[in-house]
Amino acid sequence: MATLELQGLAKSFDKTAVLHRIDVSLQDGEMLAIVGASGCGKSTLLRLVAGLEQPSAGRILLAGRDIIRLDPAARDIAMVFQNYALYPHMSVFDNMAYGLRIRGLSKAEIGRRVQVAADMLGLDALLARKPRQLSGGQRQRVAMGRAIVREPQLFLFDEPLSNLDAKLRVQMRAEIRRIQRNLGVTSLYVTHDQTEAMTLGDKLLVLNEGRPAQFAAPMEVFARPADTYVAAFIGAPAMNFLPATMGEGGVVATLADGARLVLTDGARPGLAGRKATIGIRPEHLVLAGKGGGDAGGFATTLDLAVELIEPLGSETLVHGMLMLDGTSLTLVARLPGGPPSLTDGRLRLGVPAAELHVFDGETGKRVEVG
Amino acid sequence: MKNRPDYVAHACLLLGVVLFALPVWLVFAGSTQDSNAIERGEISLMPHLGGLGIYPDVLLHGSMGSAPVWHMLMVSFGMAMAIAVGKIVISVLSAYAVVFFRFPFRRTAFWVIFITLMLPPEVRIIPTYAVMSQMHLINTFPGMTVPLIASATATLLFRQVFAAVPDELVEAARMDGAGPLRFLWDILLPVSAANIAALFVILFVYGWNQYLWPLLVATTPGLDTIVIGIVKMIGVETQTQWNAVMATAVLALLPPVVVVVAMQRWFIAGLTEGDK
Repeated sequence: MATLELQGLAKSFDKTAVLHRIDVSLQDGEMLAIVGASGCGKSTLLRLVAGLEQPSAGRILLAGRDIIRLDPAARDIAMVFQNYALYPHMSVFDNMAYGLRIRGLSKAEIGRRVQVAADMLGLDALLARKPRQLSGGQRQRVAMGRAIVREPQLFLFDEPLSNLDAKLRVQMRAEIRRIQRNLGVTSLYVTHDQTEAMTLGDKLLVLNEGRPAQFAAPMEVFARPADTYVAAFIGAPAMNFLPATMGEGGVVATLADGARLVLTDGARPGLAGRKATIGIRPEHLVLAGKGGGDAGGFATTLDLAVELIEPLGSETLVHGMLMLDGTSLTLVARLPGGPPSLTDGRLRLGVPAAELHVFDGETGKRVEVG
Repeated sequence: MKNRPDYVAHACLLLGVVLFALPVWLVFAGSTQDSNAIERGEISLMPHLGGLGIYPDVLLHGSMGSAPVWHMLMVSFGMAMAIAVGKIVISVLSAYAVVFFRFPFRRTAFWVIFITLMLPPEVRIIPTYAVMSQMHLINTFPGMTVPLIASATATLLFRQVFAAVPDELVEAARMDGAGPLRFLWDILLPVSAANIAALFVILFVYGWNQYLWPLLVATTPGLDTIVIGIVKMIGVETQTQWNAVMATAVLALLPPVVVVVAMQRWFIAGLTEGDK
């Protein structure tokens, strides 16, 4: 198997730049999840690696070898397409065997590889069927099988689960991960679904309009998002943002209504006296009523005018408006257990100081202590 | 939906059937009757079974000194097949080039093909004849078929069919290592099989019905097509053997009917199938 390195990879169509200098390096057997809103260039990135498009600049090193000049077929890469792209007139067996036949493998070897892949994917009983006789999930498996039998150095997945229903998606997600781990093939996985990205990737690359917003391990991205775009994209429901002004040497953030948030983890002197955006994830907001006696744990409390309560069983989503000096702000809280009891349609929520994220109010970049 | 049969619709459909089927039946019935009676207008709607012997007669010997009908049927069949297959091969290749390859003047090439729609054989008959004559193809089988093979309509049709093939399918084949010709043969042609079959039916009938061009370019009786043969059987000065003419007409109908019926399933699939 192989390491993958993208060095300064860029792509423009005519004069429009769709990808700007992507740098990524993956260890052997790692899976990189590439995530971003639609149109952020993530599919283009995958197509560059596949060789279906030529990059405008940069290098792609697979196992230390620059593959940019190589034809897609010569790159030792297999791809799973969003719409599966199965050959409609060929049986499941032939779909998987086609690439191997072209490569001139012996009949016995083709039969063995297809059998191994079919066993792995539970396609054994379907080998003689045509794609149109298969369900969406089965087609998806065949598309996977076609990639697996190639025994390539690199797998590319282009939103492979987006055409499946929700339940099947969760199931296939786990399966893709299991198979990829077992085979130990380095992989790129493009998705717009942040859950898929979080659960599948060893590393996560968040793209924002063709620029790499963050490249790190998924939990690192979740815990320390590099900017407000990443913070809003990763995590569901999305992170809440509160506009604030930093003062007093970058230790205290003042909200528009005058509430003061003391940053207990340390000062951000660089932001002192400037605008900041304070981020807090919905699941980190807590009911101020209960543990609220201990105000020391909270940076502040917020008075939320509740608009909608969504009980999900094990937890409850509370959507509400926050009035900050005349401007209203929507806020979402994710509380454990059933719906909370409201007083006059309002709810007091505590903001734990330890869970605050501080971003530059102008650039949106994360600002760390010090 | 209404449960009551729609009598008006059925009446219209029945009328349509009669309009189409009656002349054919009349020809069949006439073919078994006495030629002189037909000439006098005394044609009956009932076939005389005793007159069926005219069929082996025209098949083996022809009528009024014409070539035997079996030979004319062979010529027609050969010509229709050559035109249908030739048109399909040429237009598949040209549409393949126009749709899947980026080359200089691709659009120009496409428009040049498109413009030939305005130049059917009937319009360019004199220059085409001159070219055939210079190439010494007058009175030859290639001379009868080649000028009819180049086809903008079929190219346009295949262009639409190929353009509907999903990009991902093309890319999957590229990643599998299929080169251009292999992709054409292994993927594109099987995927378009229904459309090819439908077009084949249309083109076969087109080739079978050709009259003007073979009349001009082939003057030896050995190259008479069945359509021309029928006309030649209708004598101007001598008395026409009407029952033989009608029997030949019936025989001339059969091959296209067989082709259409045999390929009906494909034909309909090719015209209606949207899911690729």
